[in-house]
Amino acid sequence: MTESIIKIENMNKWFGDFQVLKDINLEVERNKKIVVCGPSGSGKSTLIRCINRLEEHQRGSIVVDGTELNENTKNIEQIRAEVGMVFQQFNLFPHLSILDNCTLAPIWVKKMPKKQAQELAMEQLEKVQISDQAQKFPGQLSGGQQQRCAIARALCMQPKIMLFDEPTSALDPEMIKEVLDAMVNLAKGGMTMIVVTHEMGFAKEVADEVIFMDEGMIVEKADTKEFFANPKNERTKLFLSQIL
Amino acid sequence: MKFRILSYLFFFIGCLDLLVKILYGNIFSDFTEDYYEIANPILVFTPVLFFSIGGVFLKESKVNMSIENFGTSRLKYYSPQFICLAVVVLIFLFFTFNAQINMENRGIDFGFSFLNQEASFDMQFSLMDYDGQDPYWWAYVVALLNTLLVAVLGIIFCTIIGVIIGIARLSPNFLIRNSAAWYVEFFRNIPLLLQIFFWYYAALRALPLPQDATPLFGVTYLTIKGYYMPAFIWNNLNIFIYSLMAALIAIIFVRYYAIKLRDTEGKQLPVFYISIILLIFLPLLAFLFGGVSLIFELPVLKQLSATSFIYDGGIAVPPELIALTLALSLYTATFVAECVRAGIQGISKGQKEAAASLGLTPNQVLKLVIMPQALRIIIPPTTNQYLNLTKNSSLAAAIAYPDLVLVFAGTALMQTGRAIEIVSITMLTYLSISLAIAALMNWYNKMIEIKEK
Amino acid sequence: MMNKFTFLNPDRSNISSVLITGIFFITIGILDVLLNTFFKLNIISFLPSKISFITPFILGIIGFNLIRIEYTGIKFIDVINKHINPSNFNAALTLIIIFLIIKAIPPSLSWMILDANISGDTKEACTGTGACWTYIKVWFKRFMYGMYPNEQHWRINTAFLLVIALGTFGLFATEKMKKFLALYYVLIYPILAFMIIYYLISGGYFGLEWIETGAWGGLSLTFIVSFFCLIFCFPLGMILALGRRSSLPAVRYVSIGYIEFWRGVPLITVLFMSSVMFPMFLPEDFFMDKLVRVIIAITLFEGAYCAEVIRGGLQSLPRGQYDAAKSLGMGYWKMHIFVILPQALKLVIPGICNTFLALVKDTPLIFVVGLAEIAGMLALAKTNPKWLGFAMEGYIFAAIIFWIICYAMSKYSYNLEAKYKTER
Repeated sequence: MTESIIKIENMNKWFGDFQVLKDINLEVERNKKIVVCGPSGSGKSTLIRCINRLEEHQRGSIVVDGTELNENTKNIEQIRAEVGMVFQQFNLFPHLSILDNCTLAPIWVKKMPKKQAQELAMEQLEKVQISDQAQKFPGQLSGGQQQRCAIARALCMQPKIMLFDEPTSALDPEMIKEVLDAMVNLAKGGMTMIVVTHEMGFAKEVADEVIFMDEGMIVEKADTKEFFANPKNERTKLFLSQIL
Repeated sequence: MKFRILSYLFFFIGCLDLLVKILYGNIFSDFTEDYYEIANPILVFTPVLFFSIGGVFLKESKVNMSIENFGTSRLKYYSPQFICLAVVVLIFLFFTFNAQINMENRGIDFGFSFLNQEASFDMQFSLMDYDGQDPYWWAYVVALLNTLLVAVLGIIFCTIIGVIIGIARLSPNFLIRNSAAWYVEFFRNIPLLLQIFFWYYAALRALPLPQDATPLFGVTYLTIKGYYMPAFIWNNLNIFIYSLMAALIAIIFVRYYAIKLRDTEGKQLPVFYISIILLIFLPLLAFLFGGVSLIFELPVLKQLSATSFIYDGGIAVPPELIALTLALSLYTATFVAECVRAGIQGISKGQKEAAASLGLTPNQVLKLVIMPQALRIIIPPTTNQYLNLTKNSSLAAAIAYPDLVLVFAGTALMQTGRAIEIVSITMLTYLSISLAIAALMNWYNKMIEIKEK
Repeated sequence: MMNKFTFLNPDRSNISSVLITGIFFITIGILDVLLNTFFKLNIISFLPSKISFITPFILGIIGFNLIRIEYTGIKFIDVINKHINPSNFNAALTLIIIFLIIKAIPPSLSWMILDANISGDTKEACTGTGACWTYIKVWFKRFMYGMYPNEQHWRINTAFLLVIALGTFGLFATEKMKKFLALYYVLIYPILAFMIIYYLISGGYFGLEWIETGAWGGLSLTFIVSFFCLIFCFPLGMILALGRRSSLPAVRYVSIGYIEFWRGVPLITVLFMSSVMFPMFLPEDFFMDKLVRVIIAITLFEGAYCAEVIRGGLQSLPRGQYDAAKSLGMGYWKMHIFVILPQALKLVIPGICNTFLALVKDTPLIFVVGLAEIAGMLALAKTNPKWLGFAMEGYIFAAIIFWIICYAMSKYSYNLEAKYKTER
């Protein structure tokens, strides 16, 4: 029985007067893949941004790999080094080459020697099949290539958990497949992943659990097969009928 | 292909021209003396002209804009150019011709020999030794140094103020943000000339007389006649300079070693703190063991007459310099602030988030991700503002600060009457500064360009 | 990066006591500075002077610290906390700004308005310790019109109104005439404006008295010069911009040379050139009025800056426009006059406004060559023996006028830019 690597209990978050997350309870075990879906504004992105503390929660507790996240967390950077994140807008650093993008954090955060960092980076770039572009700059690559680089960059920190915030929403349709392939490979390799996405095909193929959120609450949480075959909640059924 | 041949032809003619002039002097002098002496300098410039034309043809040959690519008839291609050049040449000839006649009628001749004559005026303020017996060309150099002094001081201050205001404009604090915005709107919309006048004639006139001044920091006095500071009198200044240079070299080595260490073993040295320690420690050694000593010559109140006092000794910063620097800095800082704000705002929030999500500390995010990108946006327009500041420093003529324009194109011109030579030299000086900085900026931009598709 | 070091750890539990103490401290701090400035009272004068100087500041910081609680539920406190009190550093800066405002604004206001004088006609009327606006009132006409005879001021006013009216012609053009708008502004309007100014302000014809340009001065001269230069440097800039983008090498290099030359030299040397060098370059007996020379010099100078602005507009037009026009068989000039320029000019209007603004701010400089526009009139008034010692009022008056005009123009061009951005 593997222990939970992420444990969220009664988490609530407000933006000013507006409550975006209501009583979230979630447990994620190691090596599990979770897909979070729901309409826009439901708080899915905010939820995963709370996990690496890009957003702060006001009530409840979040424990990541044994460390609780609150304002007394001394070394938030160490936590973040264990949790990788891939953004919708890629957010690659345009002034650095792809290789430098990937080696930046290992050199400056993990204090790795440059050569070792470069070898690690090339390894990760190989995994997402983009190692031939290592010397190019982000501005010279297509959207799909950039997102794969972003995945490689996050992987270079050898995180225990990978968070994906709508990774394919900003891509042209023909590029979505290459990014999803990279994510499927990653999943098969055993990484713990939490993915916010609308790509239900991906969810069916890879996810262990699917969570549906609406208006800040977790409406339904079930194993993948159960979720798609027997959605229990009305809202879930409505949502699935709209996107499938 | 044709252009390249033409360019080589012109280069060749230019070299011939130069050679002939160097070896035989102006072989046309008999010819031109009958006409007008002004032809002399024109003949001197002809090699330059030939080389430039050759250069133009060379560039054009590389661009490959030959007539074949232009796609129209020969007439349409060559005649506008011919007309254009003919008009330009005709205008120049017209001016030259008139100038020659006018100068002959007034008995003025053209030449630069006046530069060696004694300039018989004094300058209130100069960085180097100058008195009325020095030649005009020395007056030019000293005045140029004065201009550069104002420009450099102005650039330093306007950068500091501009960066602070620019960052303040983005503060989440309502009061700070609006105060900065009002600063920018206020100082930007009042003409620079009026600001200079205000500081010089209104604000600085409100300062106390020397005898009534209360000391700032104990030894400096801000008075209506200027800002008096203690002068540094060094003993063995060169040893101090060597110690500074040694500290700088040591810092360079430390940085180099730190980068190597980081690359090979990943360990990081606190380079910043080490540099500070070196900068303090080595000069300190110079003081203790190198025989360097520093005495301050304090300004002392001296009575010139029954009601007039002045401070003797020390360094006197004239109020003209203070007013000019203050006005230039405050005015240009508004533009620099806007450049800085545009630079920082141009970096999307996602960059900061991505860097933070990789585990970089806020300082590392700033140093490695934000600043490199922001500086690329900030530096080109800011350099433009520095150039504007340098050109605006010529307004010193309005309050009698002895800068290049006032001394050379003002006093010297009135004394010698050599309008064309003097104004040309002045304009060429500013033009050279502008072009040099613009060329530097182009080179810098090419170097740091972020590559795109 | 925000310093969240809050001692005494205020939070919602002891909200009332903490809030009251905090507000009390802040009020005492600000009150102390207020009393000090206005009534020269010092309620903590029992402390040595250095410490009493810092005390209001420290009290304020402690006060702000105490009220820094997240989500108190009281709207006012929450707004203050979010905007000016997110951290100690911010609170400190806010306090400094508040204190600066208290120390600077009331004395300036009292000098400018409360203690000032405006009635009367002579120096003796200025009795108070404040500004002497009587000085401005008396000299007002001179500041505005220079030495132009008082009875003829209506000519300047009419001329300005006419010129502005003709300038706004473009807003009322019918659809059919819109094609010729570019031609109008570039060719017809300058000529009309020139004639208006020549016949109306300079005079000598139609029974109007001739007034030499040496008598023109003040703010009206500033505007005449700026305006003239703008309407003439606009066509010049256009030609240069087209020349710079031309594919004919000779034309291109001549344009580049011109533009880089005039952009590299300061305006004051250009003015010196116009007053000292120009006479040399012209035939012996061809006398050009000094004002005309200055206007020509400034036009040549600003033409280079205009050219850069217009070039920016030409470059930002999509290539497709050029391609479409060419494929319809239009030649170079037809294409530019009917397709390119009308579109490009709309884009560059904010830039031209900025250039005009810069021109208006640069024009006061012409006083160094002897033309008495407003800076010159200020210098004249300042040294008049009957009115010595009022330099500050004069400069502040001129500064206020320029500020109002420039601020209005910059806001206008900013709005224009926003409007054109959304229109595309």
